[in-house]
Amino acid sequence: MWTSYYTMARKEFVRMIRIWSQTLLPPIVTTSLYFVVFGSFIGSQLAAIEGFSYMQFIVPGLIMMSMITSSYMNTVSTFYFAKWQRTLDEILVSPTPNWIVIAGFISGGMIRGLLVGTLVLIVSLFFTHLVIHQLAIVILAGILTTMLFSLAGLVNGIFAKGFDGISIVPTFVLTPLTYLGGVFFSINQFPEFWRIVSLFNPILYMVNAFRYGFLGISDVSIAMSFSILIAINVVLLGLTVYLFKKGWGFKN
Amino acid sequence: MQAISIKGLRKTYSTGTQALKGVDLNIEEGDFFALLGPNGAGKSTIISIITSLTRKSEGEVKVFGTSIDEDPDKAKTYIGLVPQEFNFNIFEKVIDIVTTQAGYYGIPRKEALERADEIIKALGLWDKRDTMAQQLSGGMKRRLMIARALIHKPKLLILDEPTAGVDIEMRLGMWEFLRRMNEEGTTIILTTHYLEEAEELCRNVAIINKGEVRLHKPMKELLESGKEKLENIYLEIIQEAKQEK
Repeated sequence: MWTSYYTMARKEFVRMIRIWSQTLLPPIVTTSLYFVVFGSFIGSQLAAIEGFSYMQFIVPGLIMMSMITSSYMNTVSTFYFAKWQRTLDEILVSPTPNWIVIAGFISGGMIRGLLVGTLVLIVSLFFTHLVIHQLAIVILAGILTTMLFSLAGLVNGIFAKGFDGISIVPTFVLTPLTYLGGVFFSINQFPEFWRIVSLFNPILYMVNAFRYGFLGISDVSIAMSFSILIAINVVLLGLTVYLFKKGWGFKN
Repeated sequence: MQAISIKGLRKTYSTGTQALKGVDLNIEEGDFFALLGPNGAGKSTIISIITSLTRKSEGEVKVFGTSIDEDPDKAKTYIGLVPQEFNFNIFEKVIDIVTTQAGYYGIPRKEALERADEIIKALGLWDKRDTMAQQLSGGMKRRLMIARALIHKPKLLILDEPTAGVDIEMRLGMWEFLRRMNEEGTTIILTTHYLEEAEELCRNVAIINKGEVRLHKPMKELLESGKEKLENIYLEIIQEAKQEK
């Protein structure tokens, strides 16, 4: 079973490296632009937030944003294309158990998300100096968030019936939630009504847990953030296992 | 021992189409078996159910005595599948496609590389070992799918129209390879629209139409029944089935 898992994870990693200009480079370019435009140009004119410059404040959020997008896009696209090209049958006819198949796809998403996150972090060092409050929190938040969005991408890939189906959620759900999830601002700066509305956005908790690991500041309780992260992971994992057992969307 | 034992197999798709209407079929170990029938007869549905790609509605399927319901993972280890459509990643190299498949069957990479080299040599793909699959000709792609199916040394090889679109020379080479595999003990199930291919290779034949087995006989017996060619018998059975409806 370990060999099956290793094969899947290796295949994903090799693919990711082979097409690095599509998988690794774009998030680095995009976040570099954010660092320049929002961090340097606009941020230099903004007041410090809880003792940190605006650039320092947005770095954790931007790293998290690139990790969320990369892990999600990795699983949604690899699973959907495997389904569409029928290359998924290669795995389905083999004795690889469902949980290994799921683990293989999720690992691909997590590896890409964490790799992109690390690269963006390195790029951020050209714009600001690194502050790490609690490394364990950074790592744990990174792992749980990339796992969550790899699972979410996989569920999306299972349900997707066409190419539209793999772009609707990232465009109309993921992007707005990420932008409104406290990447660029503290929700404490919001009017009370919008602050409460923001508390229903799960990405807010992920960004804040991650930012807490770096800067030691957060708009929400860290215990609550990790509880939400773990709960959503458990629900999505349960759903994915169920969908695989039923062969939903890929078995007649 | 029976390589395949099918009892009362039914399949109704979510669209309401009844693809299989109670198929009973036994295939002995070591056989070279032809599963024939027109398009839409239910051949590919049977194969998909045996290989767990499609869920059956009713019935029982055993592969070398192992039920696909009770121990699907064990049943899968016996089978190598060469599907009708190309279903590998065209952006991967030949060697990677074959070794990755080995990995799914739990074969460590070092051993997989040794086995893959052996198989792709035997199938005449050695000089294409590091070529991307998209650059292969149609016949080479077919052989690549056979190589991939054989990497875990299956006891049962299922070929769904393996020679479709393959030129005569390559087809003859493929026949020779499959004959040798069968002589070495691999049970082979073949679906094909080239009836002379079934006549040439197979010892037993089943003709299926509209989800039902219309005939199941040894090829020799069938050809000795007074009709000249399998084609005549095949067309007669299909016509009979049409008239019954």
